[in-house]
Amino acid sequence: MEALKQELKENIIEQLNLEDMTAEDIADDDMLFGDGLALDSIDALELIVMLDKNYGIKLTDPKEGRAIFESINTMAAYISEHRSK
Amino acid sequence: MKKVYINSIASISPQKTFDSSEFLNEIIIHEDQVVFAVEPVYKDYIPPAAARRMAKGIKMGVVASKMALREAGLEQVDAIITGTGMGCLRDSEKFLSGIIDNNEQFLTPTSFIQSTHNTVGGQIALELQCKGYNFTYVHGSNSFESALMDAKLQLELEEAENILIGGVDELADYTTKLNKIIHHIKDKKTSSHNLLDSKTKGAVFGEGANFFVLSNKKQATAYAEVVSVKIFNTLSESDVAETALSFLKENNLTVEAIDAIVLGRNGDVEFDGFYTKLSLSLFSNTPQICYKHLIGEFNTASPFGIWLASKILKTQNVPNVLKWNEKNTSSYNTILLYNQYRGENHSFIILKSC
Repeated sequence: MEALKQELKENIIEQLNLEDMTAEDIADDDMLFGDGLALDSIDALELIVMLDKNYGIKLTDPKEGRAIFESINTMAAYISEHRSK
Repeated sequence: MKKVYINSIASISPQKTFDSSEFLNEIIIHEDQVVFAVEPVYKDYIPPAAARRMAKGIKMGVVASKMALREAGLEQVDAIITGTGMGCLRDSEKFLSGIIDNNEQFLTPTSFIQSTHNTVGGQIALELQCKGYNFTYVHGSNSFESALMDAKLQLELEEAENILIGGVDELADYTTKLNKIIHHIKDKKTSSHNLLDSKTKGAVFGEGANFFVLSNKKQATAYAEVVSVKIFNTLSESDVAETALSFLKENNLTVEAIDAIVLGRNGDVEFDGFYTKLSLSLFSNTPQICYKHLIGEFNTASPFGIWLASKILKTQNVPNVLKWNEKNTSSYNTILLYNQYRGENHSFIILKSC
């Protein structure tokens, strides 16, 4: 799980071009949207594509995404349970 | 009709031109087939959250526009008109490569959104919250000139008072490779020192963003008056001199009235003949100025010529590195600019001191 969290942080930084940010700067329970990393709706689309491409998870219900993308912890938990690759 | 003035100028180029207090005081000699822009510290101008999705061309355009607005002392303009030959190439390449690499699956939105040709104009408008006229011209090496012509007409007819115009193009790896394959980029590395005399085919490619605030109200900061602009898609080498002469006549000027001619000569032996036609005949006694050995060739390189002509008119100084011949004049009041790329998209512009 810890390796997955680290991988997620690195992928998020790369995919979302979070310049000047390292994996160490993102705490496992930091809010990804809103007050934490302040990601926006375009980032949400990037994350949905990332789940599909890297872990074989297709999100069809946008409401589902809100809970999944709350933090690195929630993302890692969901991926562990649902990944197909 | 109202007169049109260049009230402020800003340039990001392969020379250190982003510091507008200087005028090519320190020259960077490039040795490669492609020359990259010297970038300012973008964070000083764009919030990191906004900058993270911007490729180099967008950043250069947004920052150059901010520099031009700052110099003009304006927070808002009536219109934003941009010219770009190839648009946001880096994101276009990223988006298209993504389609191929992922077998048309997993397409992400960011590079697509940022890949459109009018992204720079759009980003500037978003930053300024400018809801006025916003137009991007994509006309090869006449892209900026088309923007200039549009702005000039609007200002002359008082449809607007202050217009931000600019030209921007960026280098991108894959397109550079293609331009090498088709020999539009020189086969061998060439130094800025001897580029214009290289007598080889192709050009050294560059990139940059040059922005200006044009107005029908002359400010204390004004650099020049834009007297006339004329563009031609096609023009034969044998007609260039006659066309230049007609252009001057249309503006009630003679060759003798031109204090300097700024030529877009780029060291491509196949197409520099257009410039030679002017430099060896009509303007053989006129101070001649060249600049593409410093910044390379790109579709919107010509506004760099306007940037330096504006500087010359204001400072009455021509850095030696720009001089193509030994002719001098006591004062620079009227400057003619001529540019073309690969024998197409010719432009003639007259700037006058104000």
